Amino acid sequence: MNLLQKFCTRINLTKSSKGYNVSVIALLIILLLIGIFLSISIGSSKISLADIVSAIRLKDQGSNNYRIISFVRIPRTIAAVLVGCALAVSGAILQSVLNNSLASPNVIGVNSGAGLFFILTAAFFPVNIYLSTIAAFIGAILAVFLVYFIARKTGASRMAIVLSGVAVSSFIGAITDTVLTLKPDTMIARAAFLIGGFSGITMDKLSFAGVFILIALIASLVLSYDMNVLALGDESAKSLGLNISRIRFSSLILAAILAGSAISFAGHIGFVGLIVPHVARFIVGHDNRLVIPVSALMGSIFTLLCDLLARVLFAPYEIPVGIIMSFLGGPFFIYLLVKGRRGQLYD
Amino acid sequence: MIKLEDISSGYNKITIIKDINISFNQGTITSIIGKNGCGKTTLLRTASNLLKPFSGKISVADKPITDYSDKELARKVSFLPQLRSVPNITVYNLVMHGRYPYLGFSRTPQKHDKEIVDRAIEEMNLASYVNKNIQELSGGQRQKVYIAMVLAQNSDIIFLDEPTTYLDINHQLEILQIVKRLKQMGKTIIMVLHDLSNALSYSDNICLMEKGQIAIYDSPEGVYKSGKIEEIFNVCSQQLAVADGTKQYVFYIE
Repeated sequence: MNLLQKFCTRINLTKSSKGYNVSVIALLIILLLIGIFLSISIGSSKISLADIVSAIRLKDQGSNNYRIISFVRIPRTIAAVLVGCALAVSGAILQSVLNNSLASPNVIGVNSGAGLFFILTAAFFPVNIYLSTIAAFIGAILAVFLVYFIARKTGASRMAIVLSGVAVSSFIGAITDTVLTLKPDTMIARAAFLIGGFSGITMDKLSFAGVFILIALIASLVLSYDMNVLALGDESAKSLGLNISRIRFSSLILAAILAGSAISFAGHIGFVGLIVPHVARFIVGHDNRLVIPVSALMGSIFTLLCDLLARVLFAPYEIPVGIIMSFLGGPFFIYLLVKGRRGQLYD
Repeated sequence: MIKLEDISSGYNKITIIKDINISFNQGTITSIIGKNGCGKTTLLRTASNLLKPFSGKISVADKPITDYSDKELARKVSFLPQLRSVPNITVYNLVMHGRYPYLGFSRTPQKHDKEIVDRAIEEMNLASYVNKNIQELSGGQRQKVYIAMVLAQNSDIIFLDEPTTYLDINHQLEILQIVKRLKQMGKTIIMVLHDLSNALSYSDNICLMEKGQIAIYDSPEGVYKSGKIEEIFNVCSQQLAVADGTKQYVFYIE
């Protein structure tokens, strides 16, 4: 980060200037495109740029490379991009709206709700693999509705939402454990959900969640200015004419749709939603109109990188992507905490 | 003009203020004073629609406050709370938030909005701080930035909850001078003040509260002469004429 700032100072771009922000976004888009190319081309069999182009143009559909690109690499790459941006934006929204640096999708019950419904479908409809994706999504949304409904009874303050999220997660966790105890066969499904990952992803599974993620991303950008006003505090925001309960509820639902959609096909992938928004704010400041797109790009790049490493580090064996994320993200976050001067990272 | 009729209000079904009947005239400064817990801030929050009253009616410009949309009301009434979270934001962007009630769906400020924000920044002598983060500013400077935001909001009625609390004497007087300038611009200022001397010196009207009700609402001179301040606060007082002909008030315990 220091290097980036030094470079910007040298070319006369001050932080928070328009030129700086455009440069950051342009740089991230370039990195994302490189990441997408590497994700498609690197793996157990290496694929050239020419092969990728001909696969996209639907040429030579009978070749091995075409099948690998179309049915394995592209779905996996799209999955990593979608999950990374969805979880990062979900975390960015929650940290801003709840004014809580430690907020991430699991705070509002997304993970526990999705996990319960995933286990329930594994227990009672084990043959229908698509149903578990939809059920996990519905579970995530229902859990957030429950959290907000309880919080509303006490005024829907930030603290009420966080506390009711903890209580609902704990309660849903107990139901999940009961199902696991009564139906031990679902332990395997539970383990797969908790580890998460992108192997075996198909375009069918992605298309359902992808549409929700894209719509929620656009809606998040539309609401980003209102989220800035909300950050002034409830009384100031209300005095400026902001309907605070409507914005808070809409933001929570958007965060739930983003995280629930990602979890529904990728399982529990932690860490992106927590650290990426912090890094984004470290680079572009606290304006949500920038934090949201920068988090989306950084989340996608980080997830692509982790998935790539998960595939190639111990090939032909694959490590769960969540483990790589923690290995890379943990020390990097500690580095930021230590290097970040007071106020820049955690205020 | 803002008018409160038979207002009762409070928190968690507990009544804090009751039977409040008061109206604040345009272009005046009114200070609400009273002992801790007498309902000053509750009155301010209720009058500015931040707190829904249990009963009674509030009207702004002869129209019930409930008939205004959130943004319509924000163009008429602004409120500066005493305790605020200090967001990580530049001075310019914070002042620009004052234009929120006027922004369209895209939330993009127009040229007119930018001109109003520039004028508000200039009015508060903040031009050299525009790109500074407000977390880097002193309490007094920060208060001026928030007042600039209220100026940009361009509402006729401004509620200030203890605007001088936690400030040194120089900044206290500077903020009160700014309040006077706001009045000269035609704004109606209603503020809670703890400093009785400043309240009496800078206000056109004083609303003295006791146990959730208005004990007296009159000019500073009228309130002072009524002896209610001495009675309610259990203090002694003295009125002093200063060189420029204005009157100052001193309060003490015997």
